[in-house]
Amino acid sequence: MSKESTYIPKSGFSKWFDQRLPLPRMLHDNINAFPTPRNLNYWYTFGGILTFCLVTQIVTGIVLAMHYTADAGLAFASVEHIMRNVNYGWLIRYIHAVGASMFFLAVYVHIFRGLYYGSYKAPREILWILGVVIYLLMVITAFMGYVLPWGQMSFWGATVITNLFSVIPVVGTTITEWLWGGFAVDNATLKRFFSLHYLMPFMIFGVVILHIWSLHVTGNNNPVGVSVKEKQDTVPFAPYYTVKDAFSLVCFLILFAWFIFFNPNILGHTDNYIMADPLVTPAHIVPEWYLLPFYAILRAIPSKLGGVLVMGAAIAILFILPWLDTSKVRSATFRPLYKQFYWIFVVNCIALGYLGSQNPEGLFLVASRICTAYYFIHFLLVLPILGLVEKPKPIPESITKAVLEKMEIRNMKEKSAEA
Amino acid sequence: MSDKDPKQPSRRDFIFLATGAFAAVGAASIAWPIVDQMNPDATALALSKIEVDISQLERGQAITVKWRGKPVFIRRRTEEEIQMASRVDIDSLPDNNARNYNLSPDSAASDENRSLDENGEWLVMVGVCTHLGCVPKGQSLGDSKGDFGGWYCPCHGSHYDTAGRIRKGPAAKNLDIPAAEFINQNVIRIG
Ligand code: HEM
Ligand code: FES
Repeated sequence: MSKESTYIPKSGFSKWFDQRLPLPRMLHDNINAFPTPRNLNYWYTFGGILTFCLVTQIVTGIVLAMHYTADAGLAFASVEHIMRNVNYGWLIRYIHAVGASMFFLAVYVHIFRGLYYGSYKAPREILWILGVVIYLLMVITAFMGYVLPWGQMSFWGATVITNLFSVIPVVGTTITEWLWGGFAVDNATLKRFFSLHYLMPFMIFGVVILHIWSLHVTGNNNPVGVSVKEKQDTVPFAPYYTVKDAFSLVCFLILFAWFIFFNPNILGHTDNYIMADPLVTPAHIVPEWYLLPFYAILRAIPSKLGGVLVMGAAIAILFILPWLDTSKVRSATFRPLYKQFYWIFVVNCIALGYLGSQNPEGLFLVASRICTAYYFIHFLLVLPILGLVEKPKPIPESITKAVLEKMEIRNMKEKSAEA
Repeated sequence: MSDKDPKQPSRRDFIFLATGAFAAVGAASIAWPIVDQMNPDATALALSKIEVDISQLERGQAITVKWRGKPVFIRRRTEEEIQMASRVDIDSLPDNNARNYNLSPDSAASDENRSLDENGEWLVMVGVCTHLGCVPKGQSLGDSKGDFGGWYCPCHGSHYDTAGRIRKGPAAKNLDIPAAEFINQNVIRIG
């Protein structure tokens, strides 16, 4: 953080400690006292929720790894052993499996929040890019984790995804066989996936630290998208946002708990309770729900190499988003046209998710192609052009002004309602 | 070489470069084992050959066997299936290479080049969709065989004809034909 420190050591010991390792000072300045815009809404609580999710996955994952066996002959049985024999094994596994879905739910809210309020724009480009890196690492981690129970979906999902690398010209097959450690997905593949599935969350943790560091250099964006100008635009993080984040987290946990205790398997696929069989492909291979939009894009393109490239581009385009959007106005609140296109884009993404779960034939295929095309049109045409033609609404002078104005309007409405 | 002239490379520059080069070679030589350990190991490479008894197979029937961790389709085709496959104009195929390990790599995808025997009755292929590796349907009687009467991959909708050639869908290549031969009337060796 570039602001001055407000940490005052209280005891002799903390003073002594501060001169040797100013860790409490760093935590105080970055958590307790961190000046945060006073107008953040609940969409801004998902960063805290995401941190909670990461810690949850790491804790439950380490416990699962104590009982799990990474061997093609034993893995499936060891997961059943966790479910039936290990004390609270069912609970820990369901927290981990549902937790992956909740993690993605939270990250999608977080990303779409950023898209709505223009959080990717200067000076937060690096912050945004680090976020996309985290998302990418999450996708890889979850994919490898899903292989570990060694059910039919595990096996065939792994087969389809690793085969994506075989489209690379000339060296494709060599790379795929290198990834497999054989001539098909097999024991060697399972073992390396387990090793990497254990490693990657800690890499994510590292990038999260960079992400938050960058956040604390630029400061939070906020719903009106106007930069912080004076002290009264902000409040200290504690207690204002610790409380808001905690409340939001509790609501999130209610949903989380509902899945764990009432419907733990609804987000998964029943075929994954059948042990992997290399000779039989399930009639209908689908990835977990959070990857369906990309699966729809992959299958919308009638060429193998093309499908893989376009799917890669769908994520890659997020990296250059800060330079595709030509509008200087951050928040969609003051961009009447962007606001509408934003919601079309949201619906388009949900539609892609639905199409990813359907057989790629007939009308579904046509629809996937249209939606895939629109996904790119949004980034490559709509965003650059909107910034040039759109006339933004008047932008408030400051965060405080915007907040006070909103309160005034509310007061006036209440008064007229009374009258 | 003189240490005095600032324009000339000095002894120190030389030592600097030599040290750097040495470290780079050292790093590369330890990186390679770490990369290569992931490649198929000796057990995976051990040349696996299997022998399959096909004496029970009637025309129109098919079996699937496992070879190198992958399914291999063996089909004894009907006259009609052979006719359907040989009528096709090779130039109109998405992939006009035979993809037959037993022939030279540039052989054309004619029906004769795809089948194992002279009559064209026997078709032996790796049952792995060349798109993203699913096992296509079409081996069992009740299976959907796709628009060309051969195999249909339900994963992303690839259609193969009765010679295992790709006809429609995202896959780009014909189903691979592995090293295979008749060692007698009743036994096929794969691998
Ligand atoms: C970013 C964080 C993580 C994500 C998104 C994630 C995701 C997943 C997913 C989707 C599964 C499959 C669940 C199922 O259907 O059974 C899984 C399984 C597993 N994960 Fe993770 N995981 C994460 C962190 C970790 C960590 C840190 C460890 C170990 C230290 C771990 C160990 C395991 C084990 C042993 C399994 C197999 C048991 C099972 O299938 O339930 N995970 N993970
Ligand atoms: S794997 Fe067969 S069509 Fe994709």
